[in-house]
Amino acid sequence: MTDRVSFWERIGFRSVGGIAEAGWGRTLVVAVVSFIYFLPVLFIIFTAIKPQGLALSVPPTLSPTSFFGLIPDQFVFTPTLDNFASVFSRVMTAGGQPESTGFDRFFFNSIVIASASVLLALVIGTLAAYGFSRYPLKGNDTYLFIILTTRMLPAIVVIIPVILMFRAVGLSGSYLGIIMLYTAFNLAFTVWMMKSFFDELSTDVEDAARIDGSSEIKVFFKICLPQVIAGLAATFVFGLILTWNEFLFALLLTGPDTRTVPVAMNQAVSSGGRGTDWTLLAAIETLFLVPIFLATFFLQDHLLRGVTFGTVRK
Amino acid sequence: MQLMSTIQSAKTAPALLELSAGNWRLAVLVGLVVSALAVVALPASGSFWVVGAMSALVAAAFAVNAYRRRYYGGLLVAPAIAVLFVMNIFPLLWSLGLSFFAYQSNLQSIRFVGLNNYIKVLTDEVAAPANWNALINTAMFAVCTVSVQMIVGFLLAMLFAKQFPLRKYLLILVLTPMMLSVVASGVFFTYYYDPTFGILSYVINSLAGGQFIVMDSKAGAVAGIVFADAWMWSPFVMLLVLAGLVSVPRYLYEAAAIDRVSAWRRFWSITFPYIRGLLMLALLFRTIEAFKLADLVIVLTKGGNDTMTISYHLIRIANEQNKTSEGAAISYIILFIVIVLTNLYLYVANPKNREA
Repeated sequence: MTDRVSFWERIGFRSVGGIAEAGWGRTLVVAVVSFIYFLPVLFIIFTAIKPQGLALSVPPTLSPTSFFGLIPDQFVFTPTLDNFASVFSRVMTAGGQPESTGFDRFFFNSIVIASASVLLALVIGTLAAYGFSRYPLKGNDTYLFIILTTRMLPAIVVIIPVILMFRAVGLSGSYLGIIMLYTAFNLAFTVWMMKSFFDELSTDVEDAARIDGSSEIKVFFKICLPQVIAGLAATFVFGLILTWNEFLFALLLTGPDTRTVPVAMNQAVSSGGRGTDWTLLAAIETLFLVPIFLATFFLQDHLLRGVTFGTVRK
Repeated sequence: MQLMSTIQSAKTAPALLELSAGNWRLAVLVGLVVSALAVVALPASGSFWVVGAMSALVAAAFAVNAYRRRYYGGLLVAPAIAVLFVMNIFPLLWSLGLSFFAYQSNLQSIRFVGLNNYIKVLTDEVAAPANWNALINTAMFAVCTVSVQMIVGFLLAMLFAKQFPLRKYLLILVLTPMMLSVVASGVFFTYYYDPTFGILSYVINSLAGGQFIVMDSKAGAVAGIVFADAWMWSPFVMLLVLAGLVSVPRYLYEAAAIDRVSAWRRFWSITFPYIRGLLMLALLFRTIEAFKLADLVIVLTKGGNDTMTISYHLIRIANEQNKTSEGAAISYIILFIVIVLTNLYLYVANPKNREA
């Protein structure tokens, strides 16, 4: 750590630790609030396991169980898993016309685009973060701040030129174009987050290795990288949260072959109107949520650091 | 002939790289001048290739120079800067250039008009009212949704600020809305708001007794969008505030307990100083994101009931009506507003300025 006052300390961040304990009373209060907050998501999940015809019933069916008699019987339905099966077997209609591609294709696109761009950002961003952390350049803070501003820019400001640029070089509708764009958008977070992980490592071992004659490349791969594996994973998940559900750029820059799930979902709904298959959509959304939910759950503690750009150290 | 020129360029490129690596400041200057000339003289797609080649050359020169002088830091950082330059900074510069020209992406003609685009989007009798309206709508959305998010996020953070049983499991429940895509939640909010089978409408109908259509009036549509947006993004504010609350050292509270300081006083003089910076950061991010509010509007109202926001308006102008340079001018006006807001926030967040 440098003892110079950083940009963040200058605008009022300090780093210290400590958290108080509370009992089951607090748990009860928070559980009620969290449950109410979670209700809309729960409704989507329950819709996904409803039988086909019940999505539009009046009075609405609410739950697969009566929750020990809390919910009157008229609101209870029998759960089914058919909707999940039909996500991959059925043909969706978009734009009013039957379309030959199903959601298996869109899921494939989403997975390829999100993981490729996040991995690319991780490789490039980790190198840069290591550079910023170990070989401070003249005007280091300025470079870091410039990188952060690319995240702060409202995306719409960049949309028009990016669309033009992609049209000019024939990248719109291709995997490469959208992957590169997402890579650029993930870079800011990656650099800031990975830098905070590298900054926390002690440099003693590295210096010892250097004295023993290890090359700079060997120091990076053999000593530094293994120590920040958890950080890499957290950064990966954080990028995934941002990219997995991105809609606006995907809407404008993907073609029929590279369409991602959010865009396809929007098209399926906006073309159908009342004819929208809600149970199927709910099943798609539930499937779409699962990986990101699990990843977030297991890396919660590290994620907190990503959101705050490592400004609060624990 | 083709072969000859290929061979020649294969020979000249390393020499050019050699020359520019030695004088890379000169290379940057030449690159800038050639790029500027290309943007003025060539149609958009042509200028893209020239500017692209120039920036690649400058980046290569920088990398070679850094490697020779053992600037490993520069070398490590160069790929990131290059990607950001190509995908963010170059498009921005290009659109700044375009905003001074009359250019439509479906026509090839391009003509220098100076500041006319800016004057047109702000004052023209036909074009300006829609722009202003969208801008005012966006400001209204920003004020409503950001203030709701800050309050809800702050209260949620206060709930989670202590260590208690099952905390980790309850926290993930609150974080889930943030993980849903805007489309996913937006689409399902149309379902909740639907007048005949929507769950929210059902509740309101059975309470009020009469038919109530949420998205039918401007106030209803705005409230519907703000509700959905705030529900999705309050957890983000919560995470930031929580990070601040957790970092307050416990001994300060213990000292306050001994001195019998009131709860209100304890909050203002112990807790608040620790979360002020993060609150500002949350406010900053959410305000910037509020200018982006388009996806929810697209899904929920398609801009109906006077809920057109500046982002959605901009997409329509530039992508559907092909008024590219007008769109570029509008986006620079937005950028200007965001920069002013950002600096205002940073000024307020800086403790030195606050004490003065």
